Order: sequence, then C-alpha cells, then structure tokens
Amino acid sequence: MIWPFARRTPAIRTVSGPGEIQARFKVAHPGFSLDVELSLPGRGVSALFGHSGSGKTSCLRCFAGLDQPANGYLQVNGELWQDSAQGICVPAHQRAVGYVFQDARLFAHLTVRRNLEYGLKRIPAAQRRIALEQAVELLGIEHLLQRLPGNLSGGEQQRVGIARALLSSPRLLLLDEPLAALDLKRKQEVLPYLERLHTELEIPLVYVSHSPDEVARLADHLVLLEDGKVSASGPLKETLLRADLPFVFEDDAEAVVDGVVSGHDPAYGLLALQLPGSSAGLQLPHAPLALGQPVRIKIKARDVSLSLQRAADSSVLNLLPARVVDWINVAEQAHVLVRVQVGGEQLLARITRYSFDRLQIQREQTLWAQVKSVSLLSAN
Amino acid sequence: MPLSKADFAAVLLTLELASLTTVLLLLIGTPIAWWLARTNSRWKQPLGAIVALPLVLPPTVIGFYLLISMGPHGVIGQLTQSLGLGTLTFTFAGLVIGSVFYSLPFVVQPLQNAFESIGRGPLEAAATLRAGPWDAFFSVVLPLAKPGFVTAAILGFAHTVGEFGVVLMIGGNIPGKTQVASVQIYNHVESLEYAQAHWLAGGMVLFSFIVLLALYSGRSRTRVWQ
Repeated sequence: MIWPFARRTPAIRTVSGPGEIQARFKVAHPGFSLDVELSLPGRGVSALFGHSGSGKTSCLRCFAGLDQPANGYLQVNGELWQDSAQGICVPAHQRAVGYVFQDARLFAHLTVRRNLEYGLKRIPAAQRRIALEQAVELLGIEHLLQRLPGNLSGGEQQRVGIARALLSSPRLLLLDEPLAALDLKRKQEVLPYLERLHTELEIPLVYVSHSPDEVARLADHLVLLEDGKVSASGPLKETLLRADLPFVFEDDAEAVVDGVVSGHDPAYGLLALQLPGSSAGLQLPHAPLALGQPVRIKIKARDVSLSLQRAADSSVLNLLPARVVDWINVAEQAHVLVRVQVGGEQLLARITRYSFDRLQIQREQTLWAQVKSVSLLSAN
Repeated sequence: MPLSKADFAAVLLTLELASLTTVLLLLIGTPIAWWLARTNSRWKQPLGAIVALPLVLPPTVIGFYLLISMGPHGVIGQLTQSLGLGTLTFTFAGLVIGSVFYSLPFVVQPLQNAFESIGRGPLEAAATLRAGPWDAFFSVVLPLAKPGFVTAAILGFAHTVGEFGVVLMIGGNIPGKTQVASVQIYNHVESLEYAQAHWLAGGMVLFSFIVLLALYSGRSRTRVWQ
C-alpha cells in the first residue's frame, strides 16, 4: 500500500461448516516458499513450531491479513476471511484478529491506557466481549496504565501488548513468539498470564514458537513446519510421541504427560504424582501442591532408560512398568527412540542402538522405564 | 528609526511569503514524502532526484525556467491566462509558486526520513487493532512523525525567508508586492546605504541563528520510537 486510500470491501461472509479454522496459503518468493494447508481446532492453543525460516511468522501474517497471498483460503469459526478462488480477501483492519507481535509494537506516543483503548474504541460497543478492567486484571497491568511504553520492561510491554490485542475482542488471537525477545526471568513473568489466557478464553489462539518448552507447556494442538511446509499436525501429546517423524526436536525429543498431585513428602521435599490409568506414580523434587491438582509434566526421551527387570538398588527414583509400542531406528545414528506405554500415557526413551539390540526389544514387550528427571511444566 | 517603511513592508512580505509557502509545502510535501518512504516503484529514485534538484541548482536556473513557463507563452502562463488570471510573473502568487519549488526538498526530506524511521511496524499494529489506512495515518503516523513535521516546517520557512535568486528572476523588485527582505538588502547595498543594509542583514543573521538553535535543541529532546 502506497497511500492509504480506503477501499470498499463487501461485508464478511459466513460459511457453514464445523466451527474450526481452515487455512491454505501458497506463497512463492525467490528464496522462500510457503505451501501450507491447516485444519486447527476452533478453540484452545495451536502451536506453530519450527526453526527460524520455516514459515511460522509468514503463516501468522497470512492469518492476520498483513500478508495476502495471491493463492489462499482462510475460514475462522464460520467467518470467511479469504478465498482467492472467489476473489475474496478481507483487509487486515476488517478481520477480528488480535495480534501480539514479538516486539510488542506499542504506540510510543500513547500511554498504556490509550494503547489499550486504541483497539477497544474501534469496535462497536455491542461487539465488545471484554472490558478494559477485565483485560487489565487478567494481565496484571493496573499499575502501568499512566506510563508511556518507552519506560516499561520487555515483559511489561508484552503483557500490555497482549491486553491491547484482547481488547479488540478478537475471534482469533495470534501470538508471534511473544517471549522470544525476553530473558528467562521475564519469560517466567509472562508465561503464567499466557496460561491464564488458555484457560479463560473461549477463542482459538495460534501461537508461534521455536521453544519446545513453551509449546509443551501451552499448546493443545501442534503443527510442525519445515521449509514452508507442514510436516506434522495433530493433538500435542500424540504429535510429540510420533516416533516416525524426522524429529524436529531432535535430541530434545520429549513426552508431555498430564498427572494429578497425590501427595508430598516433607522430609525429602518430594512431590508425588499419579498418572492417569496407571497404578504407577512419579516423584519429583518440588514444593507441595494441593492434593488432586492436575499438573502437566515433561519427560525428555534422553532421561528415560529401559531395563528388563525392576532395578532394586538404583538411585533413580521413578521406575514405571511399561510396554513397548514401537521405535524409530535410524540406521546411521547411535540412538534408538523407543515409544512405551505407561498406563494411559506414552513416553519416549532414547537408548543406544547397542543396548536396544542387547535387550532384544520387541513390540508388546513389558519392561521397566527408569525416569531420571521429570520437570513440571504447569500447575493449572 | 533604523528601518524605513519600505524595509518594514519587505520584512512583512517575507514573513507572509514564508508562512504561506510553508503551509502549502506541508500539504504537498506530506503525500510526496509518504509515497517516497513507502514505495518500491522504479520511479522512486527519479522522483526523489527531481525533488532534490533545488538543493544543487543555482536559484537563477529555477527562476529562469519558472519565468519562462509562467510567462505569456509558457505552460503555466497559458493555463492561468485561460482561467482569466493573467500571468503570474512579477506577482506575489508567482513568488509563492517559485518558493514552493525552491524549498520543496527542505520539507520533503525530513518528512520522508520521519516516515521511513517509523517503518511498517506501528501501521501493522494499528491494522490488527481495526484502524483503516487513513485512521492509522492520522492516529499513529502523524503523531509519531511530529518531530519530522516540526523540522520540515522550520526548514521550509527559514529557507524561504533566505530566498533571493528565484525572487529576483520571477518577482522582480516591486515594493509591497514582490520586494522581500533579501532583495531589499541588495537594494540598500546598490545605493550604498550600508547602515540600512546592516540592520536588515543583522536581523536575518539573528533570525536564522534562533531558528537553527530551536531546531537543534528540539532535536536532542526528540523521543525515539521503540
């Protein structure tokens, strides 16, 4: 756009169909191409995960209409935003999206309050679904309202950016690596607020990230992008466990497991968790939490080893009865990734090919998984 | 009284000319600067070069071509005559047109720099917050580019005040009509009235110094977009 001539566009059309997100974007530039077809759940967090240059941000910009691919289709919970076959492309400012930029992009000339009001004022009162006070409370930014963005820390700017996007009452919230520019301390400051969004909002979130931890912690649905193409898309836990994938997480292959707090040992400072559908439990060093509280934990494949007998005298705390599901055996690599069933959940174990052959691992074989380290992702 | 009636008239006319030129330049310069800042067109460089021409050309060259085109046989002259306005040479309106051309780069370039430094970021943010292109321009770009507008207005005004060659070529030296301060100084020197020339010349030096001082101290306080 060169000079901002307003263009007349027809009213947004609705399409019948399941309440979900259907997207297809095709972009070809010299040196970069994007060719994706996505079907995402109509609520909850969908993570677009991939290395830099894999097309995550380009995808998000197409969702928002900031980039308008000549060949594209986008339907969000029944609203048609783009269909190049019919010559429809709703401009960015007419799409009900909230966009949280990596660099916050607050308006430097406006106070935090005026930044928040910017989007709020531009939608009809009847369409507002969240009040200023609610968004301010949700993100804990009451004390910042009179300040100018230039005086805020990175974490504070990002929280204001999220509140500002929410206040435009979006039907789709897009987050472009909102934590990437923050140091570890600031990340920890913003993450709990992102989790609150997840539990308290009815709208779908699309979250772009290259951090396996963030994805494991926040996402319900995972899309893996590689070189502008979708290499996998599905519910988070299933997709993380797909041992057939040329794994994006590579050495960081991991499983995400949901458990319930079942006790705490104050003498040793250990928290006990119960896994669903299993008599097995896990213990990890952690402060006490309320009994029965659901928690999400992450177990890295490299922290899981396998043994045929229950080791009676091991220093490893967590020994779980497991059944072999399948494995990926990459010929030129020294390691094998074995998928095992523990109760209702699955784990990945990364063992050497030598040990794999020595133990003569078979499908459906029962054995013991020794879990050396467990990390708590979130306590909802 | 060190300044004669004619001197006062010249000073007043100068301020009038500079004010009107500045207002016109901000109106004309803004879309040109916006286009230059945002376009990927192959015409960007040629148009940028044309806008910058007055920086390097002697004012007499600009004045000469304006005189020809505003004259009875020139393009502008023909147009104004067909509209029943007569020719613009040796008129105040002619001076305004000449000044607009002469000071154009001093307004367009600061604005273009301001627009370029704002970048696409704030505009994209505004679009995702439901602001249409015009809305975003007035609510985000204009306030963020304010320092650029102040610089452009000051430079445009000051440069027009300092104009001499173009005025002499197309406006002549008509008291109360086209006789501006710089031309009046020339008149005084021609007639060896050095004392009179000193008062006007000294006043211009002081004025220019104050303008530049305001510009530089304002610039150091400018907030940078983050």
